[in-house]
Amino acid sequence: MEKLSIDELEKRFQAKIDADIKIEPNDWMPEAYRKTLIRQISQHAHSEIVGMLPEGNWITRAPSLKRKAVLLAKVQDEAGHGLYLYSAAETLGMDREQSIDDLHSGKAKYSSIFNYPTLTWADMGSIGWLVDGAAIMNQVPLCRCSYGPYARAMVRVCKEESFHQRQGFEIISTLANGTPEQKAMAQESLNRWWWPALMMFGPSDKDSTHSEQSMKWKIKRVSNDDLRQQFVDVTVPQAEMIGLTVPDKDLKWNEERGHYDFGVINWDEFNQVVQGNGPCNFERIEARKKAKENGMWVREAALAFAEKRKNKIDIKIKEI
Amino acid sequence: MSTKEWPLWEVFIRSKQGLSHKHVGSLRAADSEMAIENARDVYTRRLEGVSIWVVESKLIAASDPKDSDAFFEPAEDKIYRHPTFYDVPDGISHM
Amino acid sequence: MNTKNQLYNYILEIADDSLILGQRLSEWCGHGPILEEDIALTNIALDFIGQANNLYEYAATLSENKITPDQLAFLRVDNDFKNALLVEQPNRDFAYTLARQFYFDAFRKLFFEKLIDSKDEQLSAIAEKSLKETKYHLKHSSEWIIRLGDGTEESHNRIQTAIDFLWKYTNELFEDNQAYTEILDLELGISVSALKSTWLEYVHSILTEATLTIPNSPFSQTGGRKGIHTEHLGYLLAEMQYMQRAFPNSTW
Repeated sequence: MEKLSIDELEKRFQAKIDADIKIEPNDWMPEAYRKTLIRQISQHAHSEIVGMLPEGNWITRAPSLKRKAVLLAKVQDEAGHGLYLYSAAETLGMDREQSIDDLHSGKAKYSSIFNYPTLTWADMGSIGWLVDGAAIMNQVPLCRCSYGPYARAMVRVCKEESFHQRQGFEIISTLANGTPEQKAMAQESLNRWWWPALMMFGPSDKDSTHSEQSMKWKIKRVSNDDLRQQFVDVTVPQAEMIGLTVPDKDLKWNEERGHYDFGVINWDEFNQVVQGNGPCNFERIEARKKAKENGMWVREAALAFAEKRKNKIDIKIKEI
Repeated sequence: MSTKEWPLWEVFIRSKQGLSHKHVGSLRAADSEMAIENARDVYTRRLEGVSIWVVESKLIAASDPKDSDAFFEPAEDKIYRHPTFYDVPDGISHM
Repeated sequence: MNTKNQLYNYILEIADDSLILGQRLSEWCGHGPILEEDIALTNIALDFIGQANNLYEYAATLSENKITPDQLAFLRVDNDFKNALLVEQPNRDFAYTLARQFYFDAFRKLFFEKLIDSKDEQLSAIAEKSLKETKYHLKHSSEWIIRLGDGTEESHNRIQTAIDFLWKYTNELFEDNQAYTEILDLELGISVSALKSTWLEYVHSILTEATLTIPNSPFSQTGGRKGIHTEHLGYLLAEMQYMQRAFPNSTW
């Protein structure tokens, strides 16, 4: 076999990407591509897992049997999505345990939205409606991402997520149409979640460090600012329809642009939260570490058992 | 504080009778029984399957993409393996 | 008490077992020992909450008052709940959770298998659907008992402690309730005392396979079926019923 130079390999790699041919696990890829993907997929997986906590916070207090079941199923989906994504990262040689240790040590990041607290039941509505709404906008383009296992995982995730946003909107609109107390609860929740939701799309394009190369590699397919604008444009009419007010005095339809103009995002707050100083950063990581530590003896036991009964793992469950 | 991790398993699901099993993803499990149950809980929450296969990832042998030219391209010019290669006179049906 | 009334209470008892255990299991969501098991426990929790909902729905149709499943779940007070003491016991750790689950699943499987023969069609249909779920639950919990029992020294000790501790709550599952004589006579419900020997035999076989010692303490705790609970239930209900209590007469 001819030995190709790195330059030539990179050229062929980029040609494949340009021709929309997917990259698969054992294909040659530039180290930087692999690293960027591992960072992005792990971060995405961590967001799903940490994202279970703010909503998990209300499972035991859900106000009806139906809401309890829906919320459980939704948070469970997030665990599933985390798992699909960790699996995608494993195909790049990133061990799940390693990845989780990086999360716990603070080396790996996750979406900063999950560092905000869920203080009322209405927050279950806001998270589904706004946070999942924003996430879906981010994720749909990723179904066409250049890396096969990631794209396939995202197809699965997006298919399953379609109910998440709807159940959130159903919660918030039920509240908005409910008693005055419920309506106030919905508005108060929107006030707290609106801006953090806009921050979910990441820094403005001009300040985003990874964007350009990622677009070229088709790991990222639409820019942060475009996605954010799209989100504002679809969400504002939804809020109006259920009689809630978006907490932005600069929000206004711009006829000329055909888009909403909106106020300036407080990037200081965003940076503070990303750096670990949000309202719940400590609690979120603490909860994940505790789950891992408390589960260690269970994982060890299952492994020891499998070792012992190698070749005859048919656990005998007698029929009764 | 790291322990030895549970092995990685690849999961294959038959979505309905008559179709073959298809790779859907992977998961971690300590033994095969657990792998099947985990696959049921992780990959068939929405009635996606009627049958599950699991196999430890390390047991899968795969072709090397570096060899893919030598491996797969020779099949490219063997068009005589496809039915459209052959002329069938007009008037002949059921073939 | 007339038959309809007895049947109503009988169904509530089954529903309460499901709801309270489902609530306990749902506390694990997001905190499981590994992602895969987190998902598995949540699936089981969902089954129980679904069962509770089906049963409350049916019970509501038998009630003399206009009542909804949510009112039954969220607006009854502690001693209206007739669940067994076993299911309200706190999760503590994975060993306690699985020991509780194992004892209960083994009972529930036998219970539903018999309840399928109920002369009440609806109850029979609910039993049939629930039995499928329960068989899977029992497989899952039995396998874990064996893994933990025959795993490491630590897991062996932990599961043995949990198995021993929860033993005292198992006998209650097999106490026939005098309040349901008519239900039993009419073969709408079943005698639970008749299930005990089969249950014991199964539990013994799994504990033996798991290299665990079979508890033999003669002491037992009872009262749940009469509405006399352990201290744990009050807190569980306070949390579960918070929204409906704080915002009465609202739609969610």
